[in-house]
Amino acid sequence: MSEAIVSGPPQGMPLPQADSPSAVLLGHADDNLVLAHRLGEWISKAPELELDIALGNIGLDYLGVARALYQHLGRAEGKAEDEYAMGRTDREFHNLLLVEQPNGDFAHTIVRQFFFDCHQLQLWPELAGSDDEIVAGIAAKAIKETEYHYRFSHGWMLRMAGGTKESNFRAQQAIDNLWRFTGEIFEGAGSGYRAAWDLLVDDMFAETGLAKPEDPYQKTGGRVGYHTEHLGYLLTEMQWMQRTYPGLEW
Amino acid sequence: MVDTLTHAREVVARVVDPEIPVLTIEDLGVLRAVEQDGDRVVVTITPTYSGCPAMGQIEDDIIRALNRAGFADVRIDVVYQPAWTTEWMSDEARSKLEDFGIAPPTAPADVRCPKCRHGESRLIAQFGSTACKALMVCSACGDPFDYFKEH
Repeated sequence: MSEAIVSGPPQGMPLPQADSPSAVLLGHADDNLVLAHRLGEWISKAPELELDIALGNIGLDYLGVARALYQHLGRAEGKAEDEYAMGRTDREFHNLLLVEQPNGDFAHTIVRQFFFDCHQLQLWPELAGSDDEIVAGIAAKAIKETEYHYRFSHGWMLRMAGGTKESNFRAQQAIDNLWRFTGEIFEGAGSGYRAAWDLLVDDMFAETGLAKPEDPYQKTGGRVGYHTEHLGYLLTEMQWMQRTYPGLEW
Repeated sequence: MVDTLTHAREVVARVVDPEIPVLTIEDLGVLRAVEQDGDRVVVTITPTYSGCPAMGQIEDDIIRALNRAGFADVRIDVVYQPAWTTEWMSDEARSKLEDFGIAPPTAPADVRCPKCRHGESRLIAQFGSTACKALMVCSACGDPFDYFKEH
């Protein structure tokens, strides 16, 4: 593959510090919250009842992880978990661009899921060895959950590739559309995850016969709050209640 | 007379899982500790799955049970380390689960139908009615059943 062409935030744009330990952790928390919301959007609309439940279940795991991380960050910063989830604008979110991408068709959801699962399979074992005991505990818990998520998304990659002409076409289309958001995973603190992620993803390409994209273009900026337009719409819906009735509890 | 801490422990240990009411939170291994800090009772619990929606309900149920038993000041701590595992589930809990109609956690190959106790079944859905369960179907009686995943 040729050298990546990376498109990120414009030069001179004031950006938050992205590589302090708490900013990195906030990025992981935001990944989980944003993807939890996306998966929740499938509820009542998935192709089958079992898929509806599966996507909802996976989203719940993410929501649990996000809450635990926000609570942990909040203890140090004197904030409540809702302030992170409901009180920040899109420029203050540090999630990957990949997880904010719209659900699209089922193939887009599964490909996004597969790329992200391959990332979390590397991330959690590393964080489970963290000096921060709370983070290590949250990560240790997430390892087994991520294995289920991966089994689900990997299984569907095989089925879509080997299913019908249409399912194979849609899987390839989703790969081609989402590939440009994968490079961001390995920026900064994520640089060590590349090799293992490549192995998993290359295995999938070998197993399915789907084509690995050649396009070197990569889009980046999520970790520093420079997002695609989709995040704003997602947050508008997610935060509506708290924006309308600040501090609301039930 | 039973000392107050022992009493508080008994009260908390009787709280049941809202989704699986035949099991107490102690049977499940969700209850990790009950301690006393002055007049306050501190209860430590751990989630089965990170996003288990029953956790909020369990916290409320613990507080209500302790309040009813005369403990006004209660704090709940949620810990993630060590991570919960189905290994913490007692044999008694496993047989209660099976009698209730849920196949208890075991290696997937050893799962048996909780209704006819036949040993062969197949997976319908890896994600079942709750985060901790998968949906199976018995190869003998053909009935679908919940299987508490080994985790």
